[in-house]
Parts: sequence; structure tokens; C-alpha cells
Amino acid sequence: MIKLIGILVVAVGFALRGNTLLVVLAAGISTGLAAGMSFNEIMTWFGKYFVENRYVTLTVLLMLPVVGLLERYGLRERAETLIQRAKAATAGRVLLFYTAVRQISVALGVNIGGHAAMVRPLVAPMAEGAAQARHGILSEKTTEAIRAHAAAAENTGNFFGEDTVFAVGAVYLIKGVLEAQGYPVSVWVLSFWGIPTALVAFGLMIWRTRVLDQRIARESKPPSTTEAER
Amino acid sequence: MKLLNLELFYIIAGGFLLLVAGRIAFEPTAGKRVGSALFWGLLAVIFLAGKALPPVVVGYMVLLMVILAATKQLTGARRWEVTAEMRGAAAAKLQNWIFLPALLIPATAVVGTLFLSKLHVGAWWLLDSANLTVTSVCLGAVVAVGVGLRLTRAPLLTPVVEGSRLVQAVGWAIILPQLLAALGGVFAQAGVGPVVAELAARALPTQYPLGAVVAYCGGMALFTICMGNAFAAFPVITLGIGLPFIVQLHHGNPAIMAAIGMLSGYCGTLLTPMAANFNLVPAMLLELKDKNAVIKAQVPLALGILAANMIIMYFCVYRF
Repeated sequence: MIKLIGILVVAVGFALRGNTLLVVLAAGISTGLAAGMSFNEIMTWFGKYFVENRYVTLTVLLMLPVVGLLERYGLRERAETLIQRAKAATAGRVLLFYTAVRQISVALGVNIGGHAAMVRPLVAPMAEGAAQARHGILSEKTTEAIRAHAAAAENTGNFFGEDTVFAVGAVYLIKGVLEAQGYPVSVWVLSFWGIPTALVAFGLMIWRTRVLDQRIARESKPPSTTEAER
Repeated sequence: MKLLNLELFYIIAGGFLLLVAGRIAFEPTAGKRVGSALFWGLLAVIFLAGKALPPVVVGYMVLLMVILAATKQLTGARRWEVTAEMRGAAAAKLQNWIFLPALLIPATAVVGTLFLSKLHVGAWWLLDSANLTVTSVCLGAVVAVGVGLRLTRAPLLTPVVEGSRLVQAVGWAIILPQLLAALGGVFAQAGVGPVVAELAARALPTQYPLGAVVAYCGGMALFTICMGNAFAAFPVITLGIGLPFIVQLHHGNPAIMAAIGMLSGYCGTLLTPMAANFNLVPAMLLELKDKNAVIKAQVPLALGILAANMIIMYFCVYRF
């Protein structure tokens, strides 16, 4: 039981809005001490796993120079201009389309996308541009909502496409764990049973993006009606 | 032998971080230069020489980085060095060509995954097949920088200058996913998982088939919320709740259980600040005021998908 102290530290730390890095490190140190490790031992484990997991930071890090460079030469502005020409585009439809592309490509085993590579430079500006074309200048609150939903579209497409069609990543982990316990399973069966959830996720995305479009229309309504009255 | 392996890209990333640190250190205007330069410098060293350093040394370097971040020794986001008008003018000049490098990243990922991964001369492989997704994306980023530089005719250091702007916008949160992964390792070493699984199994009515499904899916989501990673939760909850109750006690299908169980874990990922690379880093990248805005946008999705998972699993796992 005492080993769960780390989870408690995380919960309390997040609730008190402590620095997240500090909360995470404190959770590891308290758990390690509770399990009877010395401080140096805990630092050794942290160091070992921190080095082993460098690839987690790698893709974001390598994406920043090229995204920064292209932004310097107007990538986001161009993405906004382009989408404003498409009459049928709304923020919600842009995000729904991106979710579909993401789900299908991930299902086919190709990882196109990512928050640094696609969402910040292209998807979010396009969604914002589409909303601006319809509703004029957006309030900061509306812009924040569109961007948050852009990140949500990326995560939903990524997570709920992954385990379907072409077995990738997680499916092999599942297979490994089950086989180690004496339950041989085929990766194709595992992939097949990922499909219902993938469809549900996309269905819910249709609903969420509609709600987003309605919210944008509502939040930008007052100035446009006064303009019409004039 | 793999030509384009992770170590090569770690060195490129480390070199970039070293330039970022140097830029901050020698900048005449920025405040809190020492702390910032030290933070990015330490991270650069870990990327460049992480494997060669003793783990305990890296551990203490991480400790120092966390202290620097927690005591607010890092400079905040940097302002644009060019105005919106200048960017608009550049965009008008380059037209749609500006998209070329951006689209080269996914294009390289596709080509890398499908074709380049098969290229080899004897035992010399072009791409590291064990880390195919990561190496293809990294290759795409490097190719895109080259094409971008040629297209814009920007000075060679512009990617570093602009990349440094973004690095500072994300700030210390950039190492959070990596630190959380390390925390997962420490939790595993300390044996946290089995304790959680035992508690959940004892607290929930797993003697009923529906109870077992709810406990397993809910357990996957909850433990993922705690750990920030569904992959870490999967073995623990599957061995602690899934296999003993759904499969052994109620004779459910292990493949259906596991496939939908993992996806229930992903619902937890959508809900937790512990999954920093999916929820907090994007909030920083998109420069959102509310760091939890992404999680808030995902709450209806996550709860809806989790409920659907429980229903699908209950109606299928005992039937097929």
C-alpha cells in the first residue's frame, strides 16, 4: 500500500498546481524510498530511463527548426488565406477531415501528423482561417477553443486508428503480454476488434465538431447582427 | 548496421539544443540567461552523450534541470523578430510553395515506412527498422529543413533562431513526457502496478460478468490516468483484472478483451495531464492560456468512447 504514495503525490501536486516536473520527480523519489531504494539508486533509475526514452522528445525537438523557419516565411498566414477561399469550410469540418485522414493513415501503418509537425503549422491555422472567413475576427476565447479541439482531433485520430487494419505498435504489445500468459492470439483478430471503437470515436468527433461550429457561431454572433442592423 | 538510426538523430537534436543554449547564453538582452542556458545545455549533453554517461550522473543532471524549472530560472516565450506584415509579404511571394517542406514531412514518413525501410546493401540498412516510425519522421524533418532553406533562401542559422523561439515557447514542458516515461520505469521497479490491480479487483463486483467488464475497462482508464501511459497500464490491469476475471472466471475471449481494453486505456490518456506529450505539450505549442484546455476539449470524447467500449465488450467478449 505504501508504494502507492507516488500516485498520491501526483494527485496532490497537480491539485495544488505545483511545477509539474517537480511533482513527477517527487512522486518517483517518494515511491522509490517507500520501496526501500537509496537516493542514488532512484537517481540511477531516473537517469537510465530518461536516456532510454529520449526518442519521446526527439520528434518534437527535430520538428521545431523547420516549423519555426516556415512560420517565419508565412506558413500559417498562407494556410489561413488558402482555407478562406474554400466556401464550404468550417473550423469543425476542417478538424473532422483531419481526424479522418489521421485515423485512416495510422490504420494503414503510416504516421503522418503530430502536434508539432501538423497541428501547429497547418491544422490549427486552417481551422481558425475557416472560422474567420465565416465570422470575421474571432475572440481570444473562441480561438483557444478551436486550437484545443485541433489538438483533440489529432489525439483522437491517432489513438483510435492505430489498432485497426494493419496491425501496428500496440497490437504487438497486446500479443506479447497475452502470449506470455499462455493465450496465443492473432494480430488480425486484435486489429479487427479495434474497428468498432474506431467508428464510435469518429462518430463522436462528428458530434464534437458540430458543437464546436455552433459554439463559434454563437460566440461571434453579437457583432455580426449589429452590423446587419446598420 | 543501420545508417539512419536513433543515435544519429539524437546527435542532431543535441547539436540544435547546444546552439539554442549558446544563443541564450550570449544574448545581450534576455533575462535569466544562466538558468536557461544551463537547462538547455544539460539537455543537449543528455542527447549527445546520454548513453556514454553513467545513469546516476544523468539522474542528477535531470534533478538539476527540474530544480532550475521549479525555481523559475528559465526565460519565458520570446517575441517574434519579424512582424505579421513581413510574414504576410513572404507568404504572398512564396505562394503555395511554402507548403512543400511542411508536406515533405508526412511524405517522407510514408516513403520511409513503405520503401526506404526495405533498402539495404548486405547488412547495411538505410533506416533503423526497429524504430521505423521515429526515424522516418526525423528524416522527414531534416529533409524539410534543407528544402525549406533552399526555398526561402534564408540564412543557414534561421532554423536555429526560429526553432529556438519555439523551444522557449514550449519551455521546460518539453522534457515532461520523457520524465514521465522515466517515472513509469521507477514505478515498475518499485512494483506499484500489482498493488493497484489487486485493490481494483477487490473493490469492484468482478463476480458478475458485467462487473468484470466495467472493472477492467475502468481500471485501464484509471490506471492510465495515474501513469499517463496506456502501455504501462495494460500488462498490470490485464494480469490483475482482465485475465483472472473476464477470461478465467467468466470464460470471455482474451483477444476481444485485450483489444478493447487497450483502447479504454487510450480514453484515460485523453483525460490526464500525465500524458504530457499528448495534452500539455500541445497546449504549450498552440500557446493556449489554459494548459488544461486540450484535456477539457477531450472529456466528452473520452467518456463517450469509454462507455461505448464497455458496451461493445460486454456484448461481444462472452459471445465470440
